[in-house]
Amino acid sequence: MQRIGVFVCHCGTNIAATVDVKAVVEALSHEPGVVFATDYQYMCSESGQTLMREAIREHKLGGVVVCSCSPRMHEATFRKAAAKEGLNPYMVEIANIREQVSWIHKDIKEGTEKAIILGRAAIAKVHLNQPLQAGESPVTKRALVIGGGIAGIQTALDIAEAGFEVDIVEKEPTIGGKMAQIDKTFPTLDCAACILTPKMVDVAQHEKIKIFSYSEIESVKGFVGNFRVAIRRKARYVDEDKCTGCGICTEKCPQKKVPNEFNMGFDTRRAVYIPFAQAVPKVATIDANYCTMLKTGKCGVCAKFCGVGAIDYKQQDQIVEREYGAIVAATGFNPLKPTQYDELGYATCADVVTSLELERLMNAAGPTAGTLLRPSDKKHPHTIVFVQCVGSRCDAENEKGKPYCSKICCMYTAKHAMLIRDKYPDTEVYVFYIDVRTPGKNFDEFYRRAVEQYGVHYIKGQVGKVVEENGTLKVQASDLLSGEQLHIDADLVVLATAVEPDKSARGIATMLTASMDTNDFFTEAHAKLRPVESPTAGIFLSGVCQGPKDIPETVSQASAAAAKVIGLLAKDKLTCNPCVAQSDELLCNGCSSCERVCPYGAITYSDKEFRGPNRTTLIRRVASVNPAVCQGCGACTVACPSGAMDLKGFSNRQIMAEVDAICKM
Amino acid sequence: MQEMMVKRAVELLENGTVDRVLGWTTGEFAYDMTPAVFRSADDLKNGFVYNDFCAANLSKYLIKECVAGGKILVFLKPCDTYSFNQLIAEHRIKREMIYVIGIACEGKADIDKLKDMGIDGITGITAKDGVYTVATIYGDATVKATDAMAERCLSCKSKKHMAYDELIGEDGDVVADCGRFDMVEKLEAMTPDERYEFWRGELSRCIRCNACRNVCPACSCEKCIFDNPGSGVSQKAAVNSFEENMFHIIRAFHVAGRCTDCGECTRVCPQNIPLHLLNRKFIKDINAFWGEYQAGENPDAKPPLGRYEKGDREPGEFGGVQA
Repeated sequence: MQRIGVFVCHCGTNIAATVDVKAVVEALSHEPGVVFATDYQYMCSESGQTLMREAIREHKLGGVVVCSCSPRMHEATFRKAAAKEGLNPYMVEIANIREQVSWIHKDIKEGTEKAIILGRAAIAKVHLNQPLQAGESPVTKRALVIGGGIAGIQTALDIAEAGFEVDIVEKEPTIGGKMAQIDKTFPTLDCAACILTPKMVDVAQHEKIKIFSYSEIESVKGFVGNFRVAIRRKARYVDEDKCTGCGICTEKCPQKKVPNEFNMGFDTRRAVYIPFAQAVPKVATIDANYCTMLKTGKCGVCAKFCGVGAIDYKQQDQIVEREYGAIVAATGFNPLKPTQYDELGYATCADVVTSLELERLMNAAGPTAGTLLRPSDKKHPHTIVFVQCVGSRCDAENEKGKPYCSKICCMYTAKHAMLIRDKYPDTEVYVFYIDVRTPGKNFDEFYRRAVEQYGVHYIKGQVGKVVEENGTLKVQASDLLSGEQLHIDADLVVLATAVEPDKSARGIATMLTASMDTNDFFTEAHAKLRPVESPTAGIFLSGVCQGPKDIPETVSQASAAAAKVIGLLAKDKLTCNPCVAQSDELLCNGCSSCERVCPYGAITYSDKEFRGPNRTTLIRRVASVNPAVCQGCGACTVACPSGAMDLKGFSNRQIMAEVDAICKM
Repeated sequence: MQEMMVKRAVELLENGTVDRVLGWTTGEFAYDMTPAVFRSADDLKNGFVYNDFCAANLSKYLIKECVAGGKILVFLKPCDTYSFNQLIAEHRIKREMIYVIGIACEGKADIDKLKDMGIDGITGITAKDGVYTVATIYGDATVKATDAMAERCLSCKSKKHMAYDELIGEDGDVVADCGRFDMVEKLEAMTPDERYEFWRGELSRCIRCNACRNVCPACSCEKCIFDNPGSGVSQKAAVNSFEENMFHIIRAFHVAGRCTDCGECTRVCPQNIPLHLLNRKFIKDINAFWGEYQAGENPDAKPPLGRYEKGDREPGEFGGVQA
């Protein structure tokens, strides 16, 4: 039998006000195996810990039960203290009598009784506790960043600057992401390209960074410190090493009618193209959907003109296998396509555009060279209506939109309104909003400038209907403050559409075994305290893939994720959590139930030799757990029909002992 | 039928496709058909029997045969092929070691029903056009097959083989409206007290002979948790006989999502406890909560209870469906 010490904490009055701690000490001191029991005002304090350490020494304790706050709070504290006295840290158990007792009960009698019961359960468990040793695993000193937008760029640069290798995998032909399409940035109105493209060049030139553009993640295996990732390098039919980006192929390509996605389809590009002048890598890509040569076998103009012989119509997708210690998801977002809102006329009226489309219409490198012309007749618009929250902040039942606030629309709409009023003072600009949300440094000042200095008409209310009549957009809207219906004849309507996680994110999350919320944003390990880590070890989150955010926030988070990655890669060995699943091979019947329910891919099966009766050898298929990958969730222990799978530190017997102790009155 | 099966088995034995045959032979009584392994043409000609008493599901016996090696010929009725697939899915048997001959089945006779009709001294059975002719030492007796058929056969879910290498006889179809959940619905309609009394009445008869577990193709653990002192459930003191028979409820949980509803548990129960109703309740609930799923239909299917998906429904999302 263990020699157990019980330590009951008052937590000031947090516990002591609703639990009679003396009575708890008295009751638990009579439990089997308990050789020492005491209470103290703050067990977690230096003197509280000293008291515990002295007791371990004096009474030769083999197990410790601390009745205190949640183990999430101070389990590590008490385990460390016990370890200093030579006690295995996993011989310490916490009975949570604060969150589970004193904070939720008002009656002291009831609270005390429950505290005693929880204490008994912890004592029953400690009797069955085994000393556990944490294992170690090595770390591959290279990081993978999935997505080459501003988030991925910043994360990659920061990691590379710390001296570690980084690969960026970007599915488009160039890095840069959404920021490359934006005209100006709030609240300073500096040009997005001017601040982004130097960073893109830094990435391209950094000796520690390798860009896999026009590439996608094919599969992810392994675990923290030891990921093995297969990257599909999609055939771009251009040899990246030979292409100099001179652009002669794009000039000569006879297929001129390809919608230009970089300019949101407002103009066209060639079948062989470089998305924009500052693209990185500056390499041409042949669009197989439009290339006449690839479709019919007749053309070959680009190959004829290419001075370096970079065109290769026979190129195939290639799979590259790389190893990584850490993976950062920076998969970004897309604005929601508002075609489903018939009332707003996006699908039917050319002059109803989204905000990102407006960015291109105002961008000096855009289809109109920066002059704001409306798409239908290329005329200068005089009355412009902005609609906020298109697809954001919708009811849970309303399947047409997202429940969340997209966070950036209020600010970029203020920016658009201000820029238009500044450049074209003859315009009238209306903004329809539910609320104007401007938390952030210099944000509210910026919005007020739009209203006060630039005379933008902000109207609280929603637009109900947009219809086109003789080239004019008839906008019907409600002004909630005056309670009136408004009718505005507009030339251009701009929809601030919701931020939507990139469609590729869901598949990537599945491969990474990283969890996602119902909106397909990656979930963080802790909403407040671990915002850039996924609950899956070794997976980090950067940028909008974790939730809507603007550029400064994205960059901050990107650097934070990089810091976490650097912290991981700087280690030579990783200490594993010893509370992991373990398979009893003699009981395992090889059914694969555990393997199928394991969210982390920690379980593998292999054929092993066993001693059979009469000196025979039996080959049996049995499960084994990779302790470095296992997160100790326990799903396998429940799925195993034979009870062969057990969780160290939370074994079935320990849990049953706790249940028995609670039921035994 | 029997002659065709023996003929084909002899051929496959002699041309070396298989080295033994898993089938049925007469047991202690003429109606007590028991699984048996045959290794030669003579064995087959002398011992192999197939008739309407051959109810045993041979799939589970393949586990041991696979350990022994070689190549095994097995005869499987449509419902047995579900268990077969499930055992493949759970890696308990190896497909490449087994040669399956699917045999058509029109339902098997229930010896208890025949005895209840006063038919004794049984020496054999033949079926034709929905009528059983039961040979007895007192002469032949004829009964309508549906009057003497096992309950599981009356609500047969499928006459279609889910796996086979060849067929003897015609393959049938899945029976869409077999009514196998009718009794479960009746139980669901009871009040909790009525239901408790129903199960107490049934389970209290249990003598813990373990026949249900031993015959169950889903119960194929190396060591059953009820036999494992380390599991913490093998030697629990029980307050009353009903509580002791929580065994059946635990067993139903263990096979939930894996049970193919072959009905062997109820067939072998010497106390006639309708154990299959527990399993059918699980099957019905799984269908309701995760969509139609039939264990053993496809060995590559992802079982709803035995997989992990990000969008898995959480406890409490199911509403108040009572067992």
